[in-house]
Amino acid sequence: MQTMMEKFIDHFREALDAAEGKEIKMEDRFRDYEEWDSLRYLSVIAMIDSEYDVIIDTTDFRKIETVGGLMEEIRKRIKT
Amino acid sequence: MGFQHYKNVTLRGISACVPSNVFDNRNLSLLGNSDQIQKFIDTTGVVTRHVVNGRNLCSSDMCYQAASKLLYELSWRPDEIDCLLFVSQTPDYIMPATACILQEKLGLANECFAMDISLGCSGWIHGMATIGALIQNGGFKKGLLLAGDTSTVTKSPKDKSTYPLFGDGGTATALEYIEGSPGLRVHTATDGKGYKAIIIPDGGFRNFYTHDSLKEVEYEDGIVRNNLQTSLDGPGVFVFAISKAPRSITGLLEHFDLDINSVDYFILHQANKILNEKIRTKLRLPVEKVPYSIEEFGNTSSSSIPLTMVTRLRQQLTAGNCRLITCGFGVGLSWGTIYLETEKITCPELIII
Repeated sequence: MQTMMEKFIDHFREALDAAEGKEIKMEDRFRDYEEWDSLRYLSVIAMIDSEYDVIIDTTDFRKIETVGGLMEEIRKRIKT
Repeated sequence: MGFQHYKNVTLRGISACVPSNVFDNRNLSLLGNSDQIQKFIDTTGVVTRHVVNGRNLCSSDMCYQAASKLLYELSWRPDEIDCLLFVSQTPDYIMPATACILQEKLGLANECFAMDISLGCSGWIHGMATIGALIQNGGFKKGLLLAGDTSTVTKSPKDKSTYPLFGDGGTATALEYIEGSPGLRVHTATDGKGYKAIIIPDGGFRNFYTHDSLKEVEYEDGIVRNNLQTSLDGPGVFVFAISKAPRSITGLLEHFDLDINSVDYFILHQANKILNEKIRTKLRLPVEKVPYSIEEFGNTSSSSIPLTMVTRLRQQLTAGNCRLITCGFGVGLSWGTIYLETEKITCPELIII
């Protein structure tokens, strides 16, 4: 069984269109990734909506800095 | 609130016109190297775009061509048109209204009700709803909706967040009062909180045109523009559209007790591929029910819904009966959905000038 964190990292890597071996850590500041650009940003928003049924608006998204921070925000918003 | 049923209103015909000049994003160095270009095309879906490219060709000129052809093929005399609405973000002048110019050019009667509506990507929906409201009681019998934009003129060629996405075009849609016809079932909505998401900051009366309006500012690498050019908050609009558009469609279907499976085609405003695919998959719609024209024409603002109908569904619309959902969303922020049923409408081939 994959944990939420492992699954999230897989989804995130795929949305970034990054190499399969790319290491992604919770403390990473994702805006510093070389892959990060406005198109990847759209892919990440789309991925979060598809996988978690969560939509994070741009004002809130701007406050999130790390991969872990993003996952935390999703966890808080997941509809139960 | 927000839902209306305009009875006795029938869609009789649609036509569209685009400029002959074609830009190919595959050759656009603004987008970077060939991998970056491919990534852009895969995400947005925009391969080519028809653009006015410096010609003195306005939205109204293309709408005029589309309207002339449509009236001819419908055998409607110009003096029979009771109302004319021109929907655009790119009118001929700040004043007067472009509808007045088109009234004269098309030879419509002086008594024809003519006015402009300032909307973009949702404009065709709101224009249809307005004509529906005007003709539903039979006082007016025939209405003409002219929707078009030359969005490329307002984009900075040095702004990769806007310039490669848009194309130009003009369309004409003919509506008629026919008693007992199924009419238009409409949902419309607005959220002015997002008015800055798509905006040309200067040149209106809030921020008057000054020397500084022409000053180019680099916002980030590949995003350079002045204040007379469009600023687009792509992610902001994306979040708006993936939440509002599907809900507008499902809300309308529920309100009017319509079965989603009975709809033949869903014609969405052509914003960009990743966004439209998101809406399609959220609604679990099969690919064949959701036609695309964005790969050929880009985002054509208020033209995109009728342009997609003319170029992708012409055969189906002219030969038989169709149940359609149309949905527009964008600048304003403004959005809406219309359910309508068509019966062998008139739909001339795409005009290229």
